[in-house]
Amino acid sequence: MSNETLEQLANRDYEWGFTTDIEMDIVEPGLSEDVIRFISAKKEEPAWMVEWRLEAYRRWQKMAEPHHWAKVSYPEIDYQAIRYYAAPKQKVKLDSLDELDPELRRTYEKLGISLDEQKRLAGVAVDAVFDSVSVATTFKKELEKHGIIFCPFSEAVHKAPELVQQYLGSVVPQGDNFFAALNSAVFTDGSFVYIPPGVRCPMELSTYFRINASETGQFERTLIIADKGAYVSYLEGCTAPQRDENQLHAAVVELVALDDAVIKYSTVQNWYPGDADGKGGIYNFVTKRGKCAGRRSKISWTQVETGSAITWKYPSCILLGDDSVGEFYSVALTSKRQQADTGTKMIHIGKNTKSTIVSKGISAAHGQNTYRGLVRIQKGAEGARNHSQCDSLLIGDTCGAHTFPYLEVQNPTAKVEHEATTSKIGEDQLFYCRQRGISEEDAVNMIVNGFCKRVLKELPMEFAVEAQKLLGVSLEGAVG
Amino acid sequence: MTTPMLEIRGLHATAGGTPILKGIDLVLMPGEVHAVMGPNGSGKSTLANVLAGKPGYEVTAGQVLFEGKDLTAMAPEERARAGVFLAFQYPVEIPGVSNLYFLKQAVNAVRQHRGIEELDAMEFLQLARQKMKLVEMSDKLMQRALNEGFSGGEKKRNEILQMALLDPKLAVLDETDSGLDIDALRIVAGGVNALRGPERSMLVITHYQRLLEHIVPDRVHVLSGGRIVKSGDKSLALELEDKGYGWIQQSAEGGAARA
Ligand SMILES: Nc1ncnc2c1ncn2[C@@H]1O[C@H](COP(=O)(O)OP(=O)(O)OP(=O)(O)O)[C@@H](O)[C@H]1O
Ligand SMILES: [Mg+2]
Repeated sequence: MSNETLEQLANRDYEWGFTTDIEMDIVEPGLSEDVIRFISAKKEEPAWMVEWRLEAYRRWQKMAEPHHWAKVSYPEIDYQAIRYYAAPKQKVKLDSLDELDPELRRTYEKLGISLDEQKRLAGVAVDAVFDSVSVATTFKKELEKHGIIFCPFSEAVHKAPELVQQYLGSVVPQGDNFFAALNSAVFTDGSFVYIPPGVRCPMELSTYFRINASETGQFERTLIIADKGAYVSYLEGCTAPQRDENQLHAAVVELVALDDAVIKYSTVQNWYPGDADGKGGIYNFVTKRGKCAGRRSKISWTQVETGSAITWKYPSCILLGDDSVGEFYSVALTSKRQQADTGTKMIHIGKNTKSTIVSKGISAAHGQNTYRGLVRIQKGAEGARNHSQCDSLLIGDTCGAHTFPYLEVQNPTAKVEHEATTSKIGEDQLFYCRQRGISEEDAVNMIVNGFCKRVLKELPMEFAVEAQKLLGVSLEGAVG
Repeated sequence: MTTPMLEIRGLHATAGGTPILKGIDLVLMPGEVHAVMGPNGSGKSTLANVLAGKPGYEVTAGQVLFEGKDLTAMAPEERARAGVFLAFQYPVEIPGVSNLYFLKQAVNAVRQHRGIEELDAMEFLQLARQKMKLVEMSDKLMQRALNEGFSGGEKKRNEILQMALLDPKLAVLDETDSGLDIDALRIVAGGVNALRGPERSMLVITHYQRLLEHIVPDRVHVLSGGRIVKSGDKSLALELEDKGYGWIQQSAEGGAARA
């Protein structure tokens, strides 16, 4: 931080001071213990929660931002310039879709988003036909019948304090990394899910149906616990383009699967990538990790990443229980000036643990796409197996793809396989398609979808169809 | 007077900036099949690529009319939709895209352009099955990625299958016979013959008289050094088989020198 901004900040502090006035709905930019206490008080959190946040903050202060090892570059972030709390805003309501930015409207149409859904996304006052609250209520009743807890994180602190206290930070500890520590100190939003023993969650859970779901938070915190023999499929994000005033996003997602439990976590991320020069896009620094704590448990991550200016994300699995399974299926698309450094970590601790990694990176225009993956087989992981497949597809000559697989094998009985390919959509392929009447854009989509098929088929059906369209829309203008 | 299907007048074209075609004249009437022969590197594939509109190939002089319309003004996909089909000398592979899916996309793109209703998966499968018989294409090959790992002969049969499905008005077959064994040659030629009709014209590029025994051409042209140096009826192909290209090239050069 330059002296000048420091001075400005100092002045500002002086002018208003850090407020702990509970009536205020907003704090001035900057981070301090006071701000954290304020956030916690706003959420009426118990003492242990405040302490937990403060502990995270203290650790964070001693940490350095890790922008040297990842293959991404961006200007310095001024953490004292960020506002860490603002009460959920009411979005500006439009009277009809006609008032919506025509560009955005076209995108919605291309994605095949229904009119009602468009209205919801755009914040158009909803009519009787589409009442999301009533849908959500029916939905909630059904879940309650099964004893499932699915609520905003801040609600869970009151509703299920024991579970939160027991599992929060059990997978991603406060001091795990710079961004996770920051998140732990200041998170204000997110979801909590608990599936009781033996219960198969009867529907896909998605933030879409979460009651009181407001805007995507800047520091989201998600905790999902599948008790013994439980099953849950969770969907995060949506294909509609999301803009956000907050440039920095640092979410933490923790998953815990007990004996025989299965968690399937699917993400479609389509935040604003910035313009063709890379201006204004979102920085997405996420820590996602699952712990297969129980025997024969399984955690499966599927992600389709097409948005953000910078993505720094490694959904990982700690395979602690014997015979547990970890999976990572990923499509990361970078176009314009987007940079993505993404991959996974599979930590094999239990016996006969198994992991599968399928990563598909697509780079177009000036996009830079990096796969970074770690497979670690610990000493006790007798009979562990991993298979990794990392493929890169290049479109044009100005983009880049990079693959960094890290392997640490400490058990001689382990079987680890890694395959990687790089291919390019060739002029000849495009001409061949065009000669058959298929437009260049459709040809690229077809080839890209073919390339991603293995990952897309892991997504729930409807999501997969949307994701497919999204890839096409994201590549528009990147070819030809 | 009937409009020619294809009318090429004084065509000069470059490939990657190098002049290759140096004045081609050729008229193909509806229903006609013409063979184009000529030594390696004489410009046969270049002509095919120019007709299909491959990027990197530029027309520097002359005209190409398709049903009386200027073909060179159209994008490759527009030409395809209007009914120009090129069976490639070297069909490309597209991993991850199944043959069946690719064909469906192509057929529907063309149908959409022609204002005919698009086919759904079931309808398309029915149509495909019918055409597959024509070139003895197996279901297995339809499920595989487009041309990926196909044998030379399988690729060529696949080209003819595509032609059958796309129902073009003008088909340019670039050495569809090369690399085929005797049985495959018969199958491919049978497929092509079945598609012959009064509304469809074909330009068949080949090195071998053998193919022309099956697909009997109305005219035979010999391309050399980017020009058509000799044209004749089907007997010209036999003569070439006998004597090679030397005699024509020499007389053509002599002719060019005199002119
Ligand atoms: N893109 C290009 N850039 C430069 N030269 C090219 C290009 N394409 C073709 N040529 C040249 O043009 C000439 C004619 O090539 P073409 O492929 O048309 O020959 P052909 O008659 O089809 O030969 P063959 O019988 O071997 O298939 C060759 O000398 C070839 O090297
Ligand atoms: Mg050739």
